[in-house]
Amino acid sequence: MSVTTAETTGSRVTAALGSFVKARETGILLALAIIVVVTTAKNPNFLFSNDGFRDLLLTPSILLLVAVGQAIVIITRNVDLSVGSVLGLTAYLTGRLFIDIPGIPIIAVFLAGLVFGGLLGLINGALVAFAKVPALVITLGTLYAYRGINVLWTGSDRINASDMPKPFLALGTQSILFIPVLTIIAVVVLIAAGWYMRNLRGGRELYAIGSDPDAANLYGLNVTRRVLVAFVVSGALAGLAGVLYAARYGTVNSQAGSGFELEAVGAAVIGGVAIFGGSGTVWGAAIGAYLLFTINRALPILGVQDFWQRAVVGVLIIGAIVLDRLLALRQSRKLVEARDNE
Amino acid sequence: MTESPLDENSASVVEFCQPETLKRFNGLATPPHAPSKARQGINVNTAPTPGAPALELRTISKAFGAVVALANASLTLRRGSIHALVGENGAGKSTIVKIIAGLYQRDTGDFDLDGESVNFTSTAQSKAAGIAVIYQEPTLFPDLSVTENIFMGRQPTLSLGRIDRRLMRQQALGLFARLGVRIDPDRPTQGLSIADQQIIEIAKAISLDATVLVMDEPTAALSGVEVDRLFAVARSLRDEGRALLFISHRFDEVFDLCDTVTVMRDGEYIDTSAIADTTVEQIVRRMVGRDVTTLFPKEETTIGAEVLRVDGLTEAGVFHDVSFGVRSGEIVALAGLVGAGRSEIARAVFGVDPYSSGTVSIGGARVPKRNPAAAMRLGLALVPEDRRKQGLVLESSVARNTTMAIRRSLAGFGLLFSPAENRAAREWASRLEVKAATLDTEVGTLSGGNQQKVVLAKWLATNPKVLIVDEPTRGIDVGTKAEVHRLLSRLAGQGMAILMISSELPEVLGMADRVLVVREGRITAEIDRADATAESVMFAATHEEVVA
Amino acid sequence: MTDLISGGTATPRVYKDYARPLWQRVLVTREGAVYAALILVIVVATLSVRNFGSPITMTYLLLDVTPILLIALPMTLVIITGEIDLSVASVVGLSSVVLGTLHQGGMPIEAAALVAIVVGALAGAFNGFLITVVGLPSLAVTIGTLALYRGLAVGLLGTTAVTDFTEFWTDLAKSKIGGTGVPTVMILFVLLLVVFAIVLHFTPFGRGIFAIGLSAEAAKFSGVHVERTKFILFVLTGTISALAGIYYTLRFGSARGDNATGLELSVIAAVLLGGVSIFGGRGALHGVIAGVLLIGVLGSALRLANVTSDVINIITGVLLVASVVSTSVLNWVRAKRVRPGESKKPS
Repeated sequence: MSVTTAETTGSRVTAALGSFVKARETGILLALAIIVVVTTAKNPNFLFSNDGFRDLLLTPSILLLVAVGQAIVIITRNVDLSVGSVLGLTAYLTGRLFIDIPGIPIIAVFLAGLVFGGLLGLINGALVAFAKVPALVITLGTLYAYRGINVLWTGSDRINASDMPKPFLALGTQSILFIPVLTIIAVVVLIAAGWYMRNLRGGRELYAIGSDPDAANLYGLNVTRRVLVAFVVSGALAGLAGVLYAARYGTVNSQAGSGFELEAVGAAVIGGVAIFGGSGTVWGAAIGAYLLFTINRALPILGVQDFWQRAVVGVLIIGAIVLDRLLALRQSRKLVEARDNE
Repeated sequence: MTESPLDENSASVVEFCQPETLKRFNGLATPPHAPSKARQGINVNTAPTPGAPALELRTISKAFGAVVALANASLTLRRGSIHALVGENGAGKSTIVKIIAGLYQRDTGDFDLDGESVNFTSTAQSKAAGIAVIYQEPTLFPDLSVTENIFMGRQPTLSLGRIDRRLMRQQALGLFARLGVRIDPDRPTQGLSIADQQIIEIAKAISLDATVLVMDEPTAALSGVEVDRLFAVARSLRDEGRALLFISHRFDEVFDLCDTVTVMRDGEYIDTSAIADTTVEQIVRRMVGRDVTTLFPKEETTIGAEVLRVDGLTEAGVFHDVSFGVRSGEIVALAGLVGAGRSEIARAVFGVDPYSSGTVSIGGARVPKRNPAAAMRLGLALVPEDRRKQGLVLESSVARNTTMAIRRSLAGFGLLFSPAENRAAREWASRLEVKAATLDTEVGTLSGGNQQKVVLAKWLATNPKVLIVDEPTRGIDVGTKAEVHRLLSRLAGQGMAILMISSELPEVLGMADRVLVVREGRITAEIDRADATAESVMFAATHEEVVA
Repeated sequence: MTDLISGGTATPRVYKDYARPLWQRVLVTREGAVYAALILVIVVATLSVRNFGSPITMTYLLLDVTPILLIALPMTLVIITGEIDLSVASVVGLSSVVLGTLHQGGMPIEAAALVAIVVGALAGAFNGFLITVVGLPSLAVTIGTLALYRGLAVGLLGTTAVTDFTEFWTDLAKSKIGGTGVPTVMILFVLLLVVFAIVLHFTPFGRGIFAIGLSAEAAKFSGVHVERTKFILFVLTGTISALAGIYYTLRFGSARGDNATGLELSVIAAVLLGGVSIFGGRGALHGVIAGVLLIGVLGSALRLANVTSDVINIITGVLLVASVVSTSVLNWVRAKRVRPGESKKPS
């Protein structure tokens, strides 16, 4: 039997501070800061030029959205490999909406992207939650199927920047108080997701389901509904990311978003989300997304040819999971020792 | 010094289990200390409160396809009562628990809660109605904190549905204070001992304000002190007016804790009586439906040379400086309290677990560490403790399971074909009288006793020199138990060296030529058959080694 | 044969070998379903698509599908043990780049190919090390090495491609056996197929693989070298992927860092379509071959019918989903039904 912690606020604060410092999220935030500092030292334009700063904040925000959705799914001990295809489909949908419905309000397009993505996610969720088939296989199938539909729909066309209204494209480059609009959108979503996962019952149940699905069933938690919601959210966020993609790049072809799913999983894993679920935060995934992107941009400045980017990403992912494993081993050893010492 | 009641003149194992005898010897599960009033023969279990029973099941039936799990089951739980439910494996106890919990729905019959008819279609519903079930293996969320585990799904909330963490934590601390335990509410539940995990499950039940608490074999993995703590909590819950259902195989605990006992057999309700009005013998007779057969008397064997030699086996924190030998024709028992480290020693000897120093040899040849395949080649076999997870591949067939350990020897020129496997499987399954219709039956569908026979068949097929059996008859019906004991006796008679780990005192005293008592990873005593008594064994199990 | 329980030489118990008759055991299986689908598709395609039945179609079909066929062999074994390897396509790319770079640097092609194969084996060994020694989950590890190996491939070669391979070798890669339409490389494949099939289905090692997939813990307690087996399988995946990479390079005459991107998904889809359970412990190689051919035939037929190749992707995706959902449904039905011969008592 362990000793209860003393109830003074002082020691509670110290404990909280201690866990903050040791948190994974702090670690990668620090790593991000270090990289930015080191790279800026080498080339001040990295951070301090107008374009540099904005780009660092802007472009990863698309991956951020996808990574947050992916983190939510991974926390429930599932995975969503279809998000790249969902992003591509909604990006194309965005362009098509503007072309086919002239004068459509921009907010409607945003909503359409969210809803469409959510529906695609619902298909995944229904198959995983009701048919009890592993998410890896289902989302592998929908990755193929959605991308196929995308290519079929696109045909040999392409959405060009000229097809979309200027105000929409402006969103892709505008900033408010030096922070790009798209980043603000992404951060608002992040805060909402983070708040939900930490403070609402539904969010905590997602962690429980990932921590031990059998116990969750025995407990009487509505696992089916929660898993369904997780996939809908992942799809909706990928859909929103598709709209942002169209705003940012202007050009959308049938391969948009290809590979995003693995980057999103990588960002989540680097951010401390355990691949078996039950732990990690959307904040970590978000920082992971930024870290991945920033490293990619920093490498050329630091003298590493940008051809080696993917290799660096791979090393980061492997490093992150090895670190997780070593930490988990140490923690379980300490917990068992603490038990023996009682 | 009293004689062991299990010498040649003793009539039956049942007589040994009389409460009076038990009070003196009290099995190996609970060490002696200030004897409770129950042990002094004073029945302190108050009569249950009259009025509408908290829970009542009447003529419940439940079938799964062609398999009838419950035919005519009844149960009445009253507030302020701890009610025991006993029966052999397959009697239907776990099905009843699952119906109460809402996991299954009954086919026919009545299910009343506080006098009102209910029909649960989910565990959430039964929880909401005030029923809490504590399973044999606690089901907690390892990554989440103790507090979150207790309140998952029902966390107290503030505005906007925000979880009130401070209140939740306070409530958790309050629950623990009420239970008289100290557990850190903020720590993750991963790494907690089973006993602590069960306390958390009980805290869950109390926070649900459960009127009915079902405990399914809760003491299987607990040490003596932890059992006492659990019983104290159970009694205080009873005194608060709740109804408890206690399922157990251990009669000493049933007689210590409970006031009423219901016996089931083959899915049917047999009898309910007050504990004060019945005896273990009567209960066992009702459970089995016939008189209990005697433990098969041990064959006389010639004990030969030493076959297994273990010297100085050490693994930090698990076992220390373990040395012993087993001779051909001998049955050596490793006795001790649950958690003493016996299974760990066996696994290390066989090679599944590591050890940091010491040696193991068979017939003089060194057995390499961490290499079960090499140990098998040298003639070692281990029938593990967890039959379902370690002994068998549940989804595989009888044939595959039986031949798993000998597959290399069955292969000709490196190739292995089904006819050869089936031939070997047929031979060994029939030699052990495994009851299965076909060789490709999935072993997961066999009864516990037959599953154990498949495991034994698998290992005997390797023609071992040394057989280690860990809890050979746990969770097996009485009939098959006797068969297993006969088997072990015969094997020893044929010259096999047998190391038997058992927590059942009658089994240890009845079967062993020598008893090695393990306490906290060390061997504290080596007792010959002639000197082995429940007292001597138990003393060694609970005290430091006395240097002669 | 003495009965060990009762001691006498009483008549031994009789057991039937199998619960179901042979025809059921062969046809009413996942593999049977894939074969049925394959035959159906071939028949429909031959009848309705012009030129489908010609030998040239088969040649190109087999040439296209060879890398998938090759990698599906070890991938099947990996998935049966309950693991997965997403890095195979990246190893194909890496070995392709190694082959090209070394050859361009002057090494004779045979030696360069050998080095490429060793690189593949090392890549597999690295996966195996992280999974079996460090104890990391294979999904996460191979997502990381997917990026790492592809990154190394692209990093080594950049955006250039190596294309100066001697005609002898490029022709060999595309050649056929005599007058038949069967590519020569099929000989290599069939040899490997026979070896893998024998190992998986008819050796103790193979029995061990199935046991690991169903219950790694019970396998360990029965003397199966669980970690060693998995390690060997990952080394095999890496080696065969390198082999596929060499073939791929020679067939197209071009070594590029991004060769075969996305191939891993085709391999895994084919393996799962072929009846291998994603949960591990169940599957057969002949079903996997049928699965690969099914996708290949569909693709080929649709291309000849002038249907765009994206429809193939849609169909592959839908087929994959349908096949695992139907397995899930079958399991559910099986659990509800109780087969004769089982114990009447719940254990």
